[in-house]
Amino acid sequence: MNLDSEFFAERRQHLSRRWFFKDCAMGLGGLALASLLNGSRADASVPSASMRGVKLPHFAGRAKSVIYLFMAGAPSQLELFDYKPTLAKYNGQPVPKDVLGGQTYAFIKPDSAIYAPEFKFERHGQSGQWMSEALPHLSQVADDIAVVRSVSTDAFNHAPGQIFMNTGSQQFGRPSFGSWVSYGLGSESQDLPAFVVLNSAGGLSGGAGNYGAGFLPTVHQGVLFRKGADPVLYLSNPKGMSGNLQRKTLDVIKELNEERLGIVGDPEIATRINSFELAYRMQMSAPELVDLSRESAATLELYGAEPGKASFANNCLLARRMVERGVRFVQLFHEAWDHHSDVKGGVKAQAGITDKACAALIKDLKQRGLLDSTLVVWGGEFGRTPQVEGSIELERSLGRDHHPQAFSMWMAGGGVKPGLSLGETDDFGFNVVKDKVHVHDLHATLMHLLGFNHEKLTYRFQGRDFRLTDVFGDVVTPLLA
Amino acid sequence: MLELIRRPWKDTVMRHLSLFVAPLGKVGWLAVLLAALNLAAAPGTGSSPKTNELHWAFQPVHGFSALESVRQTQPLDRQVPTTALDDVVSRGLSSRGLALAPEADRPTLLRRLALDLTGLPPTPAEVDAFVADTSPEAYDRVVERLLASPHYGEKWARWWLDAARYADSNGFEKDRTRSIWPYRDWVIGALNRDLPFDQFTREQLAGDLLPNPTLDQRIATGFLRNSMVNMEGGIEPEKFRVESIIDRVDCVGRTWLGLTIACAQCHEHKYDPIPQADYYRFFAFFNQDAEPRIEVPSAEQQTRRSEIVAKARSWEAALQTNPVTSAESLERWESQELPKLAGDWKVLRLREWHSQPMKYELQEDGSLLGGGDVYNHGVIRIWADVMETNITGFRLEALNSGNLPFHGPGLDGNGQFQVCEFTVEATPISELAATNAGSTHFSATTNLIRFSRALADQESPNYPASGLIDGNKDNGGWGIDFTAGRRNEERRAVVEAEKPVGFVGGTRLLITLWQKPKDSPLSNQILGRFRLSYTTQPGTLVVDPLSERQRHILAMARTKRSKAQQSELLHVYHFSQPALADSARGWDELWKDWPGAENTTLAMEAREPVRTTRVFKRGDWQKPLDAVSPAVPQVLPALASDASPNRLGLANWLVDSRNPLTSRVIVNRVWQSYFGQGLVITSEDFGTRAEKPAYPELLDGLASEFMTPRQSLSSEATKGGPKAWSLKHLHRLIVLSRVYRQSSRVTPEMAEQDPANRWLARASRFRLDAEGIQDVALKTSGLLSTKIGGPSVFPPLPDGVMAMAYGQIPWNVSEGEDRYRRALYTFWKRSVPYPALTLFDAPQAEQSCVRRVRSNTPLQALVTLNEPTFNQAARWLAWGALNSAGPSETERATWIFRQCLGRQPNTREVERLRGLWTTAREEYVGQPRAAAEFAFADPRNPAPLPPDSSIPDLAAWSVVSRAVLNLDEALTRE
Repeated sequence: MNLDSEFFAERRQHLSRRWFFKDCAMGLGGLALASLLNGSRADASVPSASMRGVKLPHFAGRAKSVIYLFMAGAPSQLELFDYKPTLAKYNGQPVPKDVLGGQTYAFIKPDSAIYAPEFKFERHGQSGQWMSEALPHLSQVADDIAVVRSVSTDAFNHAPGQIFMNTGSQQFGRPSFGSWVSYGLGSESQDLPAFVVLNSAGGLSGGAGNYGAGFLPTVHQGVLFRKGADPVLYLSNPKGMSGNLQRKTLDVIKELNEERLGIVGDPEIATRINSFELAYRMQMSAPELVDLSRESAATLELYGAEPGKASFANNCLLARRMVERGVRFVQLFHEAWDHHSDVKGGVKAQAGITDKACAALIKDLKQRGLLDSTLVVWGGEFGRTPQVEGSIELERSLGRDHHPQAFSMWMAGGGVKPGLSLGETDDFGFNVVKDKVHVHDLHATLMHLLGFNHEKLTYRFQGRDFRLTDVFGDVVTPLLA
Repeated sequence: MLELIRRPWKDTVMRHLSLFVAPLGKVGWLAVLLAALNLAAAPGTGSSPKTNELHWAFQPVHGFSALESVRQTQPLDRQVPTTALDDVVSRGLSSRGLALAPEADRPTLLRRLALDLTGLPPTPAEVDAFVADTSPEAYDRVVERLLASPHYGEKWARWWLDAARYADSNGFEKDRTRSIWPYRDWVIGALNRDLPFDQFTREQLAGDLLPNPTLDQRIATGFLRNSMVNMEGGIEPEKFRVESIIDRVDCVGRTWLGLTIACAQCHEHKYDPIPQADYYRFFAFFNQDAEPRIEVPSAEQQTRRSEIVAKARSWEAALQTNPVTSAESLERWESQELPKLAGDWKVLRLREWHSQPMKYELQEDGSLLGGGDVYNHGVIRIWADVMETNITGFRLEALNSGNLPFHGPGLDGNGQFQVCEFTVEATPISELAATNAGSTHFSATTNLIRFSRALADQESPNYPASGLIDGNKDNGGWGIDFTAGRRNEERRAVVEAEKPVGFVGGTRLLITLWQKPKDSPLSNQILGRFRLSYTTQPGTLVVDPLSERQRHILAMARTKRSKAQQSELLHVYHFSQPALADSARGWDELWKDWPGAENTTLAMEAREPVRTTRVFKRGDWQKPLDAVSPAVPQVLPALASDASPNRLGLANWLVDSRNPLTSRVIVNRVWQSYFGQGLVITSEDFGTRAEKPAYPELLDGLASEFMTPRQSLSSEATKGGPKAWSLKHLHRLIVLSRVYRQSSRVTPEMAEQDPANRWLARASRFRLDAEGIQDVALKTSGLLSTKIGGPSVFPPLPDGVMAMAYGQIPWNVSEGEDRYRRALYTFWKRSVPYPALTLFDAPQAEQSCVRRVRSNTPLQALVTLNEPTFNQAARWLAWGALNSAGPSETERATWIFRQCLGRQPNTREVERLRGLWTTAREEYVGQPRAAAEFAFADPRNPAPLPPDSSIPDLAAWSVVSRAVLNLDEALTRE
């Protein structure tokens, strides 16, 4: 496939749509309308495009949608998932040189003292997953999730680390995972974006590049849903514009645009007409979507959600509502885990904010029969050091620095093997010693679960066929159910 | 096929093949072989290639084959080619059974032309005048008027700034604000005065290397400084310096050469004949720089500064007549005094150093240069081992660097710093603990050295060097700031130990610079570059009045010194003589009123010493291999033999008429702006993977005309003919053509035969760029400020957008006319770029962009329907209609329609708008509160109503205006 022929194919599709309007006199609506939505593209890298804006993957994937809980800042795996009793034994002593290798760190010296984990660990469920006492809720669904304790990345600063985890490249300007999924699978929803972004803590180190479309068409970029009555940017009518008048206005715009289409003959006008109609439908449906007061008291309690309040719990519940309504990819950002100091207090606080809702999301999706088709991913951009961080200058003590070599993530649903414990680190939690899952492997695996051969979902830019996994990545088959 | 490939390239080819075995099918193999053949054809391999073996884009540019020397203005309806451009397209079309479309109607043509040349639509009066002007020169006159408009520079600056990845913040996590808008204004100005593109290139890539560069030429080098800068805590500054050079290589490759050179960073280019070493040779051009922040004084400030400099010159002249500063006394000082003051200082060899979050990197001369995050944490700890047992003192040199703001030596404005305390702890190496666990706590017992004296070659009145050793780590200390006449210079302080320092068997020193003053906690008064030395000289220590650089001047024979160098020594002499204290005060008095420039920008500066560039193994900066010298890719014509191997040499090479790429690439991008796509669709890639241009002869003809014009167009004849590399000439070549002036209507036949309009049997019709969408609404409504240039502005930003940024800044919405500036001036924060623009595909400026995506999405509809600036535009249009149009609804609807679209509406269009008005007015009459809310941005503080109108009138016409502003035609350049 090349750009040129892709461009032609798209144009031809537009023209056939136009034929639909004019010659079949179907007007706007029904199938023809739906086909124009969501930027569905006729491109050779994705086998076929149906009339619903949904595109078929390379093969039948288990997951139809994704909820990615991005724990930005990098949670300490040593306080949550990676049980390392040896660290307690060596507390206060330097990491042995042979373990250390040549690794450098953002803030600390490599020979900083070992720091014993702050929480007790236990095995949970039938599967016997190790988890710390900081996760009393998640441990209840231990048998539903797969924990990978051997994730490894290339970057150890936040911005490049987040960009790498989300786009497969440390360089800015590449499409994000969510935008690749939107590009590959299209959208199931006629009035909501395919890729939605929610945020519940600080601003993102990697910025908007974390959910950008890079060189993919802009329609695939993540759409930020904000708290409040105007969840999508510029969603609400201006003050003094009634629903009735808005509809009348759009009718006039549509009529005049249709007349112009008849004269000028440019199919792009038809697309514009439909963009306005979809915008209107989004105005109608988004407020209902974000209105959590329609949820039962039991559900609200399950998540710890409170209607009208901005929180991680609310975002988890919103994510479930979005998936129910056909949103393809929901990414929750929660940048609050950068515990250079007081890792104990920090993890306790953030686990307190997120643990219950994460577990609730799994339970809720499961009870609604959505877990099989919804892939839930939890993780940060890297891990944290087995060594202590302290600094007089920065007034830090008893923290942990950034650690790229080994950290933990978990996944659930969407064809992931439930109850799986994958990968091992050495006794110090320093390096992976078994079943290493590099970021590219992770991406390849997630793509596989969605029905894509990660080497084949490509986009031609600058003469090169780009993909999420660059030129790397192996599917981690033990993760597959 | 392998036999076809010449031997010297066999290894490379085999390497290529092995790379492709796994992922590629048949097509891939073909690509490999094609690439291999291209490699085989690369010059510099001993056998000179035949040009016809070369990929088309690497072959020399050929001009139009049939060129009319004088364009004749033809009657508008004649279907004959009028320019060489038209000739090429007409021939191409007729071979496909197609023909040029008739000319667009005049209102459409004028709107197209005005939007293309200035980014702003014409007024209805301008449309009427053009329709009425039946003279043959009417069109040419409009073209000239628009090309002469200062808004031309704004429109085309945006075109260039995409490639320049211009932004107002650093990017990455901290994403701090930077001031580089003077560069943006330079682009606008350069385009408006039609600075020839070759010089436009030279000034941006090497303005600082031109002879006697002007401030303007130094500002132009901001092009390269538009790279992102990572200031995240805990980074390796060198890693991200390398990243910024990688970005510059990518940007220049894309912008001028249309080559994806960046692909050869980690390995040989997979498709184009660019070996990895070529990448690093190209990289080397950009790896020799310092990155200063420079002042941009206003014209008035420049005048006042010149006055002060003039006075300073006469003061200097007066010095010559002063007996104390006579040539003889100076000579005596040089030969007798100065040798005694040099001292015997050894630069400390540093073992380790630590500071947070700023990180210092060791330089070739043993100094430390700060980078990364600039933040008010200036405690720097340094460890060094010494073997001497009789150390009598230490020296702290505050040094300049091109990488520091205004050259430092301190990071704060005016190069200030404040070292509150200078402490040294000494531990016998033999007694050091076996391990030093913990990142900052070195646990061995230490002895704090006591100092008896501290002195400096210059100290601020309230910050004497004695403060370095007064035991107060939190306040006071040594500072160097004086008036502008003695600023941003290298300074030295010396501390003398009470008794000799050093243990037998070696001493580990821990030197701490305490720079975290409690009395000015928000300042950045931190040393940007410094060096530590020690001495074993007995007796009272002295401080050298000369810096190392000045010592080099001293070492030169007097006759070899430049006037400036001699004057520099004279100054040092002058300020070091107590007898001249009064005179020194006179000097300071002179500079007291030096006007500080509040505006600054980022520029380039050659670095001394030159950095060695090495190939990085697999692109990893921590794995340097062989050293390489600056050179251009071998597949392209070589650098001129007398060219300097620096950015200036490179710039000259880029705009050499033998360079086959630059002119083609630029012409293609200009074409892309007019036709929605380039003649080569992949404007960022002219390599072997790029398809041939739609009309090769057209691309080449225009490229040739751009470099060496042979046609005089329109007004050019009377102005002495067109200039070489004139962008305005290139614009004339295109917009005066029949191809450009065609109607953009799509007939069913065209849609069938050429849906993407590759062959140009019609003009292209496309949605305006992001900036155009906003500018058109502002202009047609009358809201637009026509102010050109200045700091970036802050139009309204929705709640919650800034919250997504890690490095949040207060977004104080601009007041007055700055609220309604052209979108080009919107403050561009990379981590949260302005959503109303990015939603319309404005690039994020993370990297160079030479081709925007053009999407059509519902989120865009929400912007133009609901964004406050667009609503305000609708209100102003309504106000204008009530105030300026006739009293009937038809007249008012027509007025609004024509403001936005230029052309006359037809009766159905007027009827629809009247219908909407009627509905809206009925609703608003019954709902006065809603009417006021819609009619006024601030209903509590309503604007005055137009004469004889009511609030429901204003509200209802605002509804109509909003509808018109949202018509496809309003958002589109037809």
